[in-house]
Amino acid sequence: MDMIQKNLLEEVAGLHEVPAGAYNIRANGALDSRQTTANINIVTKQDKPGIDIIIAPGTKRESVHIPVIISQTGIKDLVYNDFVVGEDADVTIIAGCGIHNCGDQDSAHDGIHSFHLAKNAKVRYVEKHYGDGDGNGHNVMNPTTIIELAEGASLEMETVQIKGIDSTVRVTKAKLAQDANLVIKEKIMTHGTQSAVTDFTVDMDGAGSSANVMSRSVAKENSHQKFVSIINGNNRCAGHTECDAIIMDQATVTALPELTANHVDANLIHEAAIGKIAGEQIVKLMTLGLTEKEAEEQIVNGFLK
Amino acid sequence: MLELKNIQYDVEGNKEILKDISLKIEDRFVAVTGPNGGGKSTLAKIIAGIVKPTAGKILLDGQDITEASITERAKMGISYAFQQPVRFKGLTVKDLLTMAAGKNTSVQEACNILSEVGLCARDYVNREVNGSLSGGELKRIEIAMIIARGTKISIFDEPEAGIDLWSFNSLINVFEKMYREMGGSILIISHQERILNIADKIILIAGGRVEKSGSKEEILPELLSTTGSGACNMLLSKNEGTRN
Repeated sequence: MDMIQKNLLEEVAGLHEVPAGAYNIRANGALDSRQTTANINIVTKQDKPGIDIIIAPGTKRESVHIPVIISQTGIKDLVYNDFVVGEDADVTIIAGCGIHNCGDQDSAHDGIHSFHLAKNAKVRYVEKHYGDGDGNGHNVMNPTTIIELAEGASLEMETVQIKGIDSTVRVTKAKLAQDANLVIKEKIMTHGTQSAVTDFTVDMDGAGSSANVMSRSVAKENSHQKFVSIINGNNRCAGHTECDAIIMDQATVTALPELTANHVDANLIHEAAIGKIAGEQIVKLMTLGLTEKEAEEQIVNGFLK
Repeated sequence: MLELKNIQYDVEGNKEILKDISLKIEDRFVAVTGPNGGGKSTLAKIIAGIVKPTAGKILLDGQDITEASITERAKMGISYAFQQPVRFKGLTVKDLLTMAAGKNTSVQEACNILSEVGLCARDYVNREVNGSLSGGELKRIEIAMIIARGTKISIFDEPEAGIDLWSFNSLINVFEKMYREMGGSILIISHQERILNIADKIILIAGGRVEKSGSKEEILPELLSTTGSGACNMLLSKNEGTRN
């Protein structure tokens, strides 16, 4: 692995060295290295590119890292990753994709991740997207996430995309059985002429299920963001979706929450707020000695922290 | 020393908010008082550089700072506690104290400052300065930022507004302590007799002018004795309906 690849790995997975526990590192469209543990198996798919990550029932406090890095220009990578999490398991999964594109061809990574959580399984899933490079080629990422939560299962998904990705369409679909719980925290910052579309659909099918979809984003320069959040309450359930966006310069942001209550005990809430940084916030930080630009940076960093 | 020379401020429609204000802040603790709408908050904002005066000059230690920006004035040593503190999604109390101090502030340092303004530090240091904090908590954090800065001029715009009666006593202690320990001058806009009582000098501003100015021994008895007249009503009206 060269320096560029190591940097990408650090950006998306916070890894300096090979991680402890299970991991699968994919570089430039091929397997770089892999490690399995007694409870976590990783198997290459036979019929299509990608891997199955199989987590044994009852696995506790283990983690899986599955970073993908692309450092050659013009690579179009498509992978299918299936996570099968056994009953009562409690694990952390860290995925991420880093692209360094120094050429003039587009680099793309389309990951299709599906999560099948068995009864009472608990997963924290962290996904970070990062792109850099000095060429004219675009960095494109289109992650799709399919989530199925069995009775009492819970998934907390954190996704972060800060700059670097020119075009992204993120699609997330989730189905929740009885007492299942889903939390999604999304953080996005776009600049230049970037475009980021996120599209969430959550079906709360089971009684007592709950979902919370939260997005915080900053759109700078001429970038565009669109946030779609569809929540269907098909049983006694509680759903909440929130979009909180700061716009700057000539950026544009669309928030499109859609709630459907198909059951009298479905309790659904949406909140959406889009606006520029409040002038008084900048003035306050300037009275502490910051310049206008420094104040803006602090406010944006805090907002996305 | 801060000096204002013939400060005038008009808004559209030629309404004069400040007519002709000249004063020197050289005492350690100066209280500015006067009826609502008299131009006190505008004056504070003019000193901090948030509002530009229509005419007049502002001098800090003899240097003309009339054209200096908010940031430049902050760096020269002017601090300003807002009457209505600003909320920030995502920034924590510690973040703000760090920015105020202009250096990395340890949790211990942050806690010490928060304790001074009567906040149980451990509960607050990592709290976001957002809508989850009450008005009184925000006011204390606002004051804590000024303490963290420790500059030569500290301006407080009605620190008592929005603070409950029980907390008010400890607030008085905060200002008494600041008076004893802080090196610079404190300029405080207040309607509270107990705050005026700590002041070395009291300035009464009404109708955009300095009505009276002098030691508390000169000014305070006069203010308090004019029961029923404008000045005393002003002292009793703690809740300002309109903000500048």
